[in-house]
Amino acid sequence: MPSNQTPVAETEPVVEPVETRPAAHVHAALTRTSTGNEDLRELESGLDSLQSDADRKHRIEWSRILLPIAALAVLILVWQFYVSLGVKRRDLVPGPLDVMTQMGVLWNEGKLQEAVWTSLQRGLVGFLISVAIATPVGLLLAQVAPLRRAFGPLISGLQVLPSVAWVPAAIIWFGLTDATVYFVVFMGAIPSIINGLISGVDQIPPQYRRVGTVLGASRLQMALQVILPAALPGYLGGLKQGWAFSWRSLMAAEIIAVGGTIGFGLGSLLDQGRILSDMTVVMSAILLILAVGILIELLVFGPVEKRLLRRRGLLAGSTR
Amino acid sequence: MPVVLEHLGKRFGDGAPVLDDVNANIKQGEFVALLGASGCGKSTLLNIIAGLEAPTSGALEVPSDGAAFMFQDAALFPWLTARENIELALKLRGVGKSERRAKAQELLELVHLGAAGDKRPHELSGGMRQRVSLARSLAQDRQLLLMDEPFAALDAITRDLLHDELERIWKETGRTIVFVTHNVREAVRLGQRVLLLSSRPGRVVQEWAVTEEHRTDAGLAGQLTGVITARLREEIRRHAK
Repeated sequence: MPSNQTPVAETEPVVEPVETRPAAHVHAALTRTSTGNEDLRELESGLDSLQSDADRKHRIEWSRILLPIAALAVLILVWQFYVSLGVKRRDLVPGPLDVMTQMGVLWNEGKLQEAVWTSLQRGLVGFLISVAIATPVGLLLAQVAPLRRAFGPLISGLQVLPSVAWVPAAIIWFGLTDATVYFVVFMGAIPSIINGLISGVDQIPPQYRRVGTVLGASRLQMALQVILPAALPGYLGGLKQGWAFSWRSLMAAEIIAVGGTIGFGLGSLLDQGRILSDMTVVMSAILLILAVGILIELLVFGPVEKRLLRRRGLLAGSTR
Repeated sequence: MPVVLEHLGKRFGDGAPVLDDVNANIKQGEFVALLGASGCGKSTLLNIIAGLEAPTSGALEVPSDGAAFMFQDAALFPWLTARENIELALKLRGVGKSERRAKAQELLELVHLGAAGDKRPHELSGGMRQRVSLARSLAQDRQLLLMDEPFAALDAITRDLLHDELERIWKETGRTIVFVTHNVREAVRLGQRVLLLSSRPGRVVQEWAVTEEHRTDAGLAGQLTGVITARLREEIRRHAK
């Protein structure tokens, strides 16, 4: 161990400094190293700026906009090329232009708007109600062990069960009404959202709960102020899947259950195209269903997810 | 006497005791460094004082309002900014909304982070995160502050500065601090008293007083460090096979 003559210092100055401030008496690790509050503030702010990254500016990333458009253009060209080879009959495989023309016709008849609006409205309403039901149920299941043991397997099973399987039952119970459509949407979306939330809660670092306890959070405060925000990335994943399941179930329900007081949605349009054997209508409906899915992802989930991950510093190095 | 530990023991299940007959008195406003090698049950002892775990034998007296706690990793919530992390602690304590904002800013200023309040934890350096964490534990406004190796993961330069910082804040706020560490120099640098815990089972085997002279005289502090290190190694050697 060191004697009195040699000061023990991890950052011992090599050259005796000029006496501008009492730096010669700095013996880091063993004694006070700063000379008062102001000195400490200055040292810390220097170290802080050395150790943190400079702010990066966000620019419009053109590749994010241009690359998908280019990919779409290539696909349409390939499609057109295949059609112009004339391998299949034109009425079986219509070209991009035929489908566009058909969409124009549907637009002028007002059918396109009606179908998109009806489906989108139902999909969103059904999804939002599902979120409102699934969130408290999911939190409860994630927090109360006996409940989770009891109902967990059932929820997982329901998530795997294709919700189309509920269509016949729903028609018998509710007839050809909107209730049938919503029922099928709920059965598709609710289990996914519950499972997403539960797996989000499972992935919370145990430290967060300890902090919550130490800070004196009650059970409810713990759930709302700690568990729910901490589980948000997993929950958002569940919401995305829940929306996908809503949208799919909705289309399945609309295709199967036609007539009655059920309105005219995209699924109904698709089924109408099949009955009329008009491939351009069928293709139009498929493309519209796809387009709604893409738009919801691009305009809603994509930005929300990106913002969430960026704020938590989870975006570095990802390809998003 | 905010903390009194009498014949405190702790064992998990049927295993060997982690803590055995721990006795200590910690005075109001005192800064006590709890020193020990691995496996001395330092963290368990801290958890017991914090009320996160119950002892299996003995008795303890702690402030009725509990203790503030600072962890080895900052354990800040990544979805909140530095300020919001502090405000959450105030909120869970029941402080009103308008008062929260002012109080959080005051605490940020106290740890010299007045300008970094809107940054998120991932944008802060390790030392800054620990300072926010310190401000958060001060926001709990408990007389007793328990610290579980809070600077162990920091680089040497930052740690030296945070020692000064913590000493300053301790003097300004008059808290009673129990500081757990396995670093002898850190214990001597910070504590008014250094308690050495033996390992397996943990028990207070010796204690040293650190005076104001030790804070400014590196030779004196070095000597004490040497003495404590020798005693600590003796403890460790006992476990050699």
